[in-house]
Amino acid sequence: MSDRPADWTKGAEAIVYQTCGACGAVQYFARSFCAACGAPDPAPKCASGSGTVYATSLVCRAATPEMRAHVPYNMVLVDAVEGFRMMAHGDSDLAIGDKVTASYRPFAGRLVPYFERVK
Amino acid sequence: MSFITGVGLTSYGKHEGSSSLDLMSKAAELAVADAGLKRSEIDGILCGYSTVSPHIMLATVFAEHFGIQPSYAHAVQVGGATGLAMTMLAHHLVDAGAAKHVLVVGGEHRLTGQSRDASIQALAQVGHPEYEVTLGPTIPAYYGLVASRYMHEYGVTQEDLAEFAVLMRAHALTHPGAQFHEPITVADVMASKPVAMPLKLLDCCPVSDGGAAFVVSREKTSATGIRIRGCAQAHTHQHITAAPPLSELGAEIAIAKAKAAAGITISDVRYAAVYDSFTITLAMLLEDLGLAGRGEAAARVRAGHFGRDGAMPLNTHGGLLSYGHCGVGGAMAHLVETHLQMTERAGSRQVRDASVALLHGDGGVLSSHVSMFLERVR
Repeated sequence: MSDRPADWTKGAEAIVYQTCGACGAVQYFARSFCAACGAPDPAPKCASGSGTVYATSLVCRAATPEMRAHVPYNMVLVDAVEGFRMMAHGDSDLAIGDKVTASYRPFAGRLVPYFERVK
Repeated sequence: MSFITGVGLTSYGKHEGSSSLDLMSKAAELAVADAGLKRSEIDGILCGYSTVSPHIMLATVFAEHFGIQPSYAHAVQVGGATGLAMTMLAHHLVDAGAAKHVLVVGGEHRLTGQSRDASIQALAQVGHPEYEVTLGPTIPAYYGLVASRYMHEYGVTQEDLAEFAVLMRAHALTHPGAQFHEPITVADVMASKPVAMPLKLLDCCPVSDGGAAFVVSREKTSATGIRIRGCAQAHTHQHITAAPPLSELGAEIAIAKAKAAAGITISDVRYAAVYDSFTITLAMLLEDLGLAGRGEAAARVRAGHFGRDGAMPLNTHGGLLSYGHCGVGGAMAHLVETHLQMTERAGSRQVRDASVALLHGDGGVLSSHVSMFLERVR
């Protein structure tokens, strides 16, 4: 896992996922094996940032005091075109089914993926 | 065979100055006495966890504190499903002969033992530490995401969800131990402070202090026995990001296996005790369990179906939403109330017929499920 490319969880402007060479499964949470078939070393890939909104929740009560400055912030689950689902932030007016694309914004001292509707 | 032979429950709300062990002990004392047993007859202990006072060996800490030396003891952690998961394990333990009387106990001073911020932060950790928690979700946000999707797929409205909060509050008004005693309306729920939309403050259960306990035994200890007829679990994921589609969640899997284990159908059920951390949780689980059609649970609430005098009385103590939620003990109160109903000791809350009951617990974000059927035998 030492060769895992940097993604937003490590402060880089990227969304990384893995595909299994053995069974073809796609997974978002990085592991040293495929959770579907157990084969080792699924290949890391950079996602395009394109997807569709699966669910939204506008958070009005922050999780921690340092996140309070950002309230309200919209949490979204996005189905990436590459076939995995991810949690991120997004515009407050996003609706389920919207086609979206990712950028990155600061949030409580980190960089997080932020989705906006495709114009 | 196994029977729930005794139950104990404290009031929920503020217990200023009480520790988690104090609340566990209080409930345990009541449960052992209710079973007509002496402490020395308890040979097994299962306990949950305390987020305020975590310990790597809580069951033995409790056993020493309570003053018993069991031959079987450990803690169990399945989030909100812990109470029913412990009951299922106790059922198998006594059935296998590993113990005769297992004390199942949960309690926590979650309200007065820490700040609200600390509670919210502790609970949000059920999320993925890298891919979710860094984004600032709260437990209401995880369920808010689920709610948005469920409402989208099945045409459920915020007003529909509010009905469940109103029902649970109406039930809590009749229980002196409940945390809340002021009636609420759908308009009150709609006007309450937004927390994680579409969930507002009154769509969410409170944080409480409290304790609950029961004894699971090989043989009944009184003329009326409350038998565990069958139970089952399902665990499809931990994190909401990795959850299966709504139509393939664990509640449907667990209930199907529990029905097969118990040889019971939903039409046999007379009383329901269903996990209700949020209004959406209750709405979804009722529909997943087959206690209402898809998108139809709210209409059944409006028609009085789930009221004390309805065809399927539900959480007559007020549930997590209005009796209160002290962690592991929270959903154990559902079983205590079910036991009181089945043994016809629920006083002014007594329903006509609680001879067969269905209980369902949910842990995480619809991650872990336990379904259980109880029946009264004489």
